[in-house]
Amino acid sequence: MKWRAVAINTFREAIRDKILYNLLIFALLLIGGSILLATLTLGEQSKIIMDFGLASINLFGILIAIFLGVSLVSKEIEKRTLYTVLSKPIGRTEFLLGKYAGLLLTLLVNTSIMLTGLYITLMFNQFRWGLPVLSVEHHLITAVAMIYLELALITAVALLFSTFTTTTLSAIFTLSIYVIGHISGDLAAMGDKLAVKSTVILVKAIYYILPNLSNFDIKGQVVHKVPIEPIYFLLTSSYAVLYITLLIGTAAFIFKRRDF
Amino acid sequence: MEVIKTVGLTKAYSVDLFQTGPKALDHLDLEIQEGEVFGFLGPNGAGKTTTIKILIGLMQPTSGTAQLFGKSGDHAEVRSKIGFLAESPYFYEYLTALEFLAFYRQLFGLSKNDIKGRSSALLKQVGLESSAHLQLRKFSKGMLQRIGIAQALINDPELVILDEPMSGLDPIGRKEMRELILMLKAQGKTIFFSSHIIHDVEMVCDRVGILAHGKLLAVGRINEITSEKETLEASFIRIVQGGG
Repeated sequence: MKWRAVAINTFREAIRDKILYNLLIFALLLIGGSILLATLTLGEQSKIIMDFGLASINLFGILIAIFLGVSLVSKEIEKRTLYTVLSKPIGRTEFLLGKYAGLLLTLLVNTSIMLTGLYITLMFNQFRWGLPVLSVEHHLITAVAMIYLELALITAVALLFSTFTTTTLSAIFTLSIYVIGHISGDLAAMGDKLAVKSTVILVKAIYYILPNLSNFDIKGQVVHKVPIEPIYFLLTSSYAVLYITLLIGTAAFIFKRRDF
Repeated sequence: MEVIKTVGLTKAYSVDLFQTGPKALDHLDLEIQEGEVFGFLGPNGAGKTTTIKILIGLMQPTSGTAQLFGKSGDHAEVRSKIGFLAESPYFYEYLTALEFLAFYRQLFGLSKNDIKGRSSALLKQVGLESSAHLQLRKFSKGMLQRIGIAQALINDPELVILDEPMSGLDPIGRKEMRELILMLKAQGKTIFFSSHIIHDVEMVCDRVGILAHGKLLAVGRINEITSEKETLEASFIRIVQGGG
């Protein structure tokens, strides 16, 4: 299947790009460095490490998703590598799906490496205090899985913008969507208290149209061992899949009609 | 058999949502027969690249039709019969030469063994055997042009479309490119290439077409286009400046 060739090619190009290594190394240093931050606290060191570690995975995951996602198509257009690929017998939608799959694979590998770094840091912390090394919080995987879903959604946003605008503008728009996506819930709550009806409508529209990314943030619950119902994961995952499908579908619609 | 056929092909770029700008192509009628080497001449901005992009489905025409083997370049199966090299091409710079060719070969849906054999043979043919494991970002311009030719031939195409293939090459590179075109012709392939280097076109083409301001001003064998004792370059200047 040709989309697989595009996916593997995208993955190969991404992992050989030095920007990715720099971000990953910095993330791992930050995660490992959280152990120093934890020594400043009395007790609860593992919670500090988990909190800091998950936040680092989220932050660097988003940076990688945006950096690579916005260049998925727009860089190929700007550098004209797209011309040669599309002159081969591959459909434009299949090409786009292959690019997206390649970046998802890149994000999966990076997220897994960062999660491994976090677990190693936690186990080292356990070892330092003479505690059982393997008795670390296993639900971290759940939190990182939700982070990964969020990254997949943001990558789809970046891909959409990448099909019709420049790399720089794609990055700005995607970052804006990310920020608004995290505060849209708070905006909607504030909107209920506003007097001006048009502003209330606007705020509600933003809340319902833009992705609600705070749904994917369960870091606090995992770190503080607050149980989460399985139905929550099912609903949030379904939301992510539906939203991604809509974004990729729109990106494919635009991409198919573009002149290059 | 017509390998390339355009009828009334017109392309006007949009200025804004409500109006179109000047025409990049203006009712282009062109037919390229199987097995011929056709040189598509024109000054910069004539519409040569626009024509090629429409042929291979990168752009849609404003009106008219453009067909390869009787079908639009939009159809993926048509593109399985063609090889294409863009002008001053950029390629995936972190891939090695072998990986690069293997990737394009996979887009034709072929087996791994077939891919490996064909890629190695092509690298040898274009003189890049020793650079098989070198990343493309370390290639010189001439090497990039040669790997570009290799990917254009990866599927043993019936039609080869080259956009300014001599661009940026030194005299030895241009000689090698001309020899390659003649070798492809001897294999029965059809070659359509755009250029503004008259001398190279003269040496390899069966027929030429002269495009300026989106209009096809002349088409035919070189001796049909040139006046008596006139070089093709002089004819080109006369035709382009005279408008036909």
